[in-house]
Amino acid sequence: MLNKALNSRLTWLVGLLAFAGTAMADYGLNMTEGVTPFSAEVYELHMIILWICVVIGIGVFGAMFYSMYAHRKSRGVEPAQFSHSTLAEVLWTVVPIAILVVMAIPATRVLIFMEQTTDAEMTVKITGYQWKWKYEYMEDGVEFISSLHPDSNAARQVGSDIDPATVENYLLDVDKPLVLPTNTKVRFLITSDDVIHAWWVPALGWKRDAIPGFINEAWTEINEPGTYRGQCAELCGKDHGFMPIVVVAKSPEEYAAWVAEQQGDAVAETEAAQREWSFDELMDRGSDVYAAQCAACHKPDGTGLPPAFPSLASSAVATGPVDAHIDLVVNGRPGTAMQAFGNLLSDVDVAAALTYTRNAFGNETGDAVQPKQIADAKRG
Amino acid sequence: MSVTATELDHHDDHDHKPSGFLDRWLFSTNHKDIGTLYLVFSLVMFLIGGSMAMIIRAELFQPGLQLVQPDFFNQMTTMHALVMIFGAVMPAFVGLANWMIPMMIGAPDMALPRMNNWSFWLLPFAFAMLLSTLFMDSGAPAAGWTLYPPLSLQGGNSFAFVIFAIHLMGISSIMGAINIIATILNMRAPGMNLLKMPLFVWTWLITAFLLIAVMPVLAGAVTMLLTDKFFATSFFNAAGGGDPVMFQHIFWFFGHPEVYIMILPAFGIVSEIIPTFARKPLFGYVSMVYATASIAFLSFIVWAHHMFTVGMPLGGELYFMYATMLIAVPTGVKVFNWVSTMWRGAMTFETPMLWALAFVILFTIGGFSGLMLAIVPADFQYHDTYFVVAHFHYVLVTGAIFAIIAGVYYWLPKWTGNMYNETWAKIHFWWSVISVNVLFFPQHFLGLAGMPRRIPDYSVQFTEFNQWSSIGGFAFGLAQVFFAIILIHACYYSKKKAAAQSWEGAKGLEWTIPSPAPHHTFSTPPKINKDQLAAGHLD
Ligand SMILES: [Cu+2]
Ligand SMILES: [Cu+2]
Repeated sequence: MLNKALNSRLTWLVGLLAFAGTAMADYGLNMTEGVTPFSAEVYELHMIILWICVVIGIGVFGAMFYSMYAHRKSRGVEPAQFSHSTLAEVLWTVVPIAILVVMAIPATRVLIFMEQTTDAEMTVKITGYQWKWKYEYMEDGVEFISSLHPDSNAARQVGSDIDPATVENYLLDVDKPLVLPTNTKVRFLITSDDVIHAWWVPALGWKRDAIPGFINEAWTEINEPGTYRGQCAELCGKDHGFMPIVVVAKSPEEYAAWVAEQQGDAVAETEAAQREWSFDELMDRGSDVYAAQCAACHKPDGTGLPPAFPSLASSAVATGPVDAHIDLVVNGRPGTAMQAFGNLLSDVDVAAALTYTRNAFGNETGDAVQPKQIADAKRG
Repeated sequence: MSVTATELDHHDDHDHKPSGFLDRWLFSTNHKDIGTLYLVFSLVMFLIGGSMAMIIRAELFQPGLQLVQPDFFNQMTTMHALVMIFGAVMPAFVGLANWMIPMMIGAPDMALPRMNNWSFWLLPFAFAMLLSTLFMDSGAPAAGWTLYPPLSLQGGNSFAFVIFAIHLMGISSIMGAINIIATILNMRAPGMNLLKMPLFVWTWLITAFLLIAVMPVLAGAVTMLLTDKFFATSFFNAAGGGDPVMFQHIFWFFGHPEVYIMILPAFGIVSEIIPTFARKPLFGYVSMVYATASIAFLSFIVWAHHMFTVGMPLGGELYFMYATMLIAVPTGVKVFNWVSTMWRGAMTFETPMLWALAFVILFTIGGFSGLMLAIVPADFQYHDTYFVVAHFHYVLVTGAIFAIIAGVYYWLPKWTGNMYNETWAKIHFWWSVISVNVLFFPQHFLGLAGMPRRIPDYSVQFTEFNQWSSIGGFAFGLAQVFFAIILIHACYYSKKKAAAQSWEGAKGLEWTIPSPAPHHTFSTPPKINKDQLAAGHLD
């Protein structure tokens, strides 16, 4: 294994080769070592294979440049006429095979380590949606949606006039991060509800595709408390670049406190779904839900991007019978980007968003959709 | 081989070209004219695909969305790839094959001249249809050139046009491949044994078999997409009992050999050029042939290295890692052979040689990153990042396209009878080779630092390298406009005439005929003098 000093010297060398003289210290040049046992191993593998390539490259290109210098016609050399050498040819077949075998051994070991998802202390199910993530803590009964932070979302619109440099963690921040305990083996079950996504946080050392109809497994054990950022890594439609991932690693005690708080919120939310909501309350909450969940496709002003994302302003659905509208939002429209929001949002949020879309953008139906109606629709 | 001479006698043997413009170009059955058509078509597509890359690089010049909507950005990345792969690189190689293979093996024309005409003329229609989707309501395809479902099925009805266009391209490629195999196996001049053929012919023969094997696989994959989208089948729809990952297996069973379809003929071109300017026979001719064949064989059994993150069983991941690493061996043999060819030669550095040398170095860098990508645990980090983008552009731009440009400068004197302007061509080379590295080298760093590919906007810490990359991109793009100017000048305005033997050290039958090559060559098979052949030293 390579020592750290050697690694950092190599990083420096590679940087120098590319941009001699430019100060590169501020920018990421190399793969992160990460914060898990696996990510450190991956980093080591990456550095070994990089070194092997650099050494072979220096040998081959060195021979080539020497030849270009020494064996030039302008120096009056006579060309030799040899055209094969069995010894050389055998050598440069056998030696590379040996190097590959040497490389394959640690790679195999690390891969086997990576695939050991057993003995996890907790399980988080990750579901990809266009364009957000849903996290379910299987043991603790906590679940929520995590999507692009509103500040980044405002700045990233075409013609927003907001300088991304002024937004904290532009495009790498979410409204609600995934919280995990440190020094705990966490198993992930990864799937998708629509198209293929890939869940990737570089500091954890891997990415895994989220595929509809499949459940992939992976694991991590984070050693250091901190905030780790990543992104969806598989093209998943127009807002593929805008579905970040944020993992906040806390000590097991802080994590337990966080879980208790979440469970309290969930109880409050269930109670809220039982009561009657006023029109103004629904409109208020609805405009927030709309901005976070709907505006990416249907646009903040409801005009959408037809034909893929229909306009809601005076649309037949948003101004038509309320039951059909509820059905569409709760169950989605298969084969399109319109998701089944019944599985995705709370009954209150769905009711609020419906109320909002039926009374904004010039749609003046006056309907106040109640959370109970959503619960009824889900029961079928 | 004795049959070929007599069988070819009924080829109509007039010396003059057809006079009318349509007669000459639309109804052409002449391998040289069809070769020209392919090459001109490829140059046009190269510039169109390049303009799309300029839009991509302009949007990525700084964080935030300045120029285009994300969906249009995705259309650009998808179309850029489809146009460059199927419109620029593959037709350029077929064009070179059309021009050079008959002249290299002493044949009067391609074996199936009418089919040759049809193979070419399908392409303008296919690409007109593909490009027309940009102007349709539902837009051009935006799910990436790999067309992964379910995302690709979310597009609108323009998808049907895309699939039909891909079918046409596939038919064109398969017919081209059949023609090349038939020509090479049946029409070699007496004495041109298989192991006397120039390496360009060898690499194309093997490439043609790859094409015939995998283009139907692509056709099958996209046809299943078509029925899933329009006829309610569920091949790839999990909700209907289908399997979205199966598409990826089928696609990459085509896709990996496709990568070699785009690089084996490049190996051939470089193996012609380096011996010429080193004035020394190609080192290890026979091992070059075997290395090419083993790369082609291996290309069929490594496809899932594009899919390490889909969640394969451990055994599958290990197998595909080992098999992929193995490709480094025959590829290494080729690089070592090229360097040994230069060793103790008497080198000069005319433009074709400069491009060939840049190919050897930069393609090898792309090969190194390819080897890194084969290491599965590391691929879990590299996959779908700019590291991959850097990797495949090193093998496709500084690999395939550099070799094509090298080949064009090398054989242009034979095609036109004129020399290009050497000073301009050298400026074109240095300008390109510097800018292409400014364009793609920083992308390695971007990927390692965590920037995913196919995103229209990025976090601010990626700004500097993206700006380098965009500046390099604009400079490289401009250099290729200059290339087009150099070519037009060489074809129509150059005063410097080329000799039959345009390069001092060149060997091969193509240099025994006058420059420009007459409309019909080798109507009677040449007597082969083995000193004229690059592989003539082998006995
Ligand atoms: Cu995604
Ligand atoms: Cu591959």
